[in-house]
Amino acid sequence: MKEILERINQQFNCSAHEHQPENLSWVQLDKKQLVPLLSYLKHTENFSHFVLLTAVDWIENNEFQLNYLLTNHELHQDIAIRVMIPRDEPEMITAHHLWQQIATYQREINEMYGINFPNSPRVNESFLLEGWEGIPPMRREFDTKKYSEETFFPRPRQEGKDPQTHMKQKLYPDEE
Amino acid sequence: MSEETKHNNQPENTEESNKFPKEHLQKRTVYSPDGEKIEIDPLQDYYLQDRPERRDPRYRVVEKFLNWARSESLWILGFGTGCGSIELPPLTTPRFDAFRFGIAMRPTPRQSNVFIISGYMSIKTLKRAIRSYEQMPDPKYVVALGSCTINGGMYFDSYNTINRLDKYMPVDVYIAGCMPRPEALIAGFNKLKQRIKEGRAEGANEYVQRFDEYKANQKQIIKDWNMPDYNW
Repeated sequence: MKEILERINQQFNCSAHEHQPENLSWVQLDKKQLVPLLSYLKHTENFSHFVLLTAVDWIENNEFQLNYLLTNHELHQDIAIRVMIPRDEPEMITAHHLWQQIATYQREINEMYGINFPNSPRVNESFLLEGWEGIPPMRREFDTKKYSEETFFPRPRQEGKDPQTHMKQKLYPDEE
Repeated sequence: MSEETKHNNQPENTEESNKFPKEHLQKRTVYSPDGEKIEIDPLQDYYLQDRPERRDPRYRVVEKFLNWARSESLWILGFGTGCGSIELPPLTTPRFDAFRFGIAMRPTPRQSNVFIISGYMSIKTLKRAIRSYEQMPDPKYVVALGSCTINGGMYFDSYNTINRLDKYMPVDVYIAGCMPRPEALIAGFNKLKQRIKEGRAEGANEYVQRFDEYKANQKQIIKDWNMPDYNW
């Protein structure tokens, strides 16, 4: 695995390194270099299985993080590719031509985080949230509790006995 | 097949496929295999145009007999909405044997009269559940299972699950718990039977009476309302 990482570092001018779990390595990259790296890993290094694509919202650094996870079943090795994109213009180059299932992940991320993937198939159709309006719900500036209270008729809390004191009096009346 | 039929059956890839969800509701002309020309207007042909009507009880003795008969044949719609749906299959096994109470599972809303909302209800599922509920024949009853249907449960702050089910459809019996076991479900069914025999399970009539209110609540959260208002 170290040889593969060295080759990646030479070709793509980045710092790939092995991480705590034995079978997992991390690469951080510019967003323009992502598709060449995915293509290189798939066709040359035999990372044939695309596992997942997720996003993380780093609102403090004003960035989105995209994670691409690949697996090589012969070496039993995973490689995770991390791409940081600015939060102000959330746009990423699509990679659906390498693995078809990436299109579905991109559709989901587009809906949940508002990250745009131009030219990805059906990316602007509604997928999980049918007819959602407003801020995408997985962004961290979206206040889900406030939205729920405004939308879904919260049932007022029943006034009654405090369960802790009530059960204490019932079970152990002598104790204070 | 002529070219026109191909065009009707398969929408083209570009802009027309984006409108696909509503296309099945639009007027169109279809040719049968024999070449016969058929005009279809789905809103007229497939759905009724009238509001639901109230079902008034009959004479006292007859109604009492009918209520007894209804309470002894509760047919459940097999529609599991949340984690509670995993509690339904054990009901039909020999251990709990719900069939001795006249409870059976049915595959379609047209054959069933009990709707169990089993657990949390997302907006997407609510849309389908309302359609299924409205397609069930009168008299129909709703059993709300789990605390998610009462006040949201552990999903009280979720952006995508409702908090109170009784704002969207009338509920006859609540079964509290997270999750209630099949014994609790059977206890809830006995409660429902008792209510039916007393003539107090009038959920369907309540839905008819407060129809506009329920529809307004439903449309407030279901943003892409692409189905007719009356579908039974």
